[in-house]
Amino acid sequence: MFDLTGKNALITGASGGIGGEIARMLHGAGATVGISGTRVEPLQALADDLGDRVHVLPCNLSDPEAVEALPKQAVEAMGSVDILVNNAGITRDNLFMRMSDDEWQSVIDVNLTATMKLCKGVLRGMMKARWGRIVNISSVVGATGNPGQGNYAASKAGMVGMSKSLAYEVASRGITVNCVAPGFITTAMTDKLTDDQKDAILKQVPAGRMGDAGEIASAVLYLASPEAAYVTGTTLHVNGGMAML
Amino acid sequence: MSDVADRVKKIVVEHLGVEEDKVTDSASFIDDLGADSLDTVELVMAFEEEFGIEIPDDAAETIQTFGDAVKFIDEAAA
Repeated sequence: MFDLTGKNALITGASGGIGGEIARMLHGAGATVGISGTRVEPLQALADDLGDRVHVLPCNLSDPEAVEALPKQAVEAMGSVDILVNNAGITRDNLFMRMSDDEWQSVIDVNLTATMKLCKGVLRGMMKARWGRIVNISSVVGATGNPGQGNYAASKAGMVGMSKSLAYEVASRGITVNCVAPGFITTAMTDKLTDDQKDAILKQVPAGRMGDAGEIASAVLYLASPEAAYVTGTTLHVNGGMAML
Repeated sequence: MSDVADRVKKIVVEHLGVEEDKVTDSASFIDDLGADSLDTVELVMAFEEEFGIEIPDDAAETIQTFGDAVKFIDEAAA
């Protein structure tokens, strides 16, 4: 099941914990992967680890020109982009009353606008191929909100509405557009939390533990697979029951 | 009929699955040939590739009929 042999996947934010695991899992299912991110070293390390069928495509998503160029670079490297995973995201948390325009805009630019541009950039090829999978990594806070994350929550909720609209437009061409919304996932970021902070978080999670990156990657693998052809415009929540949506 | 018109007609017939004689100069892609809005985007993409030209979005919006398409491409490729 879930055989991606012959498919080419572009994954942003692959230098991070979740993105790296997504790349690993799609690669494991047979896909050729284009791994993108701002930091080259972790990308190269991942590429060395995966061996063949890997292309390192560094890109700073806060640079609009670099964003425009990325789909073309991916096509040059792999021949096509059949699967796009918009996983890259940034946070610049602040209380709403203190949030600067720059904190707002930078998060919207990277999380939402770059996602839109990358979707647009890969559509032509997918339309011609009559096959495509776009998986946008949203967040539980896009649905629930979170104090201090007005910008981030807006970007992640925006991603859901955008994905649904695009899903409508391209469904007849064999292209699906879905979101995966992770809850609390163990990453380098959450490793820095104190035990008290972790306990407070886990009180909100019926499963009683944080998720791991592989559990997000598995959801992405499903939505990227031929088996998920009839699933589009949906958001798959992977959050241990933290928000049952 | 010009070579451009023949090539455009071939694309339209193939893409929209319509009879060749329905593709007249005044035939509207959407109203007469059953295209939806996404089909028109795809037709423009196909014209761009066939003729090696770039059709900007605002120009694409003016291409409503088969005749419009042939005229635009004739001028753009000239």
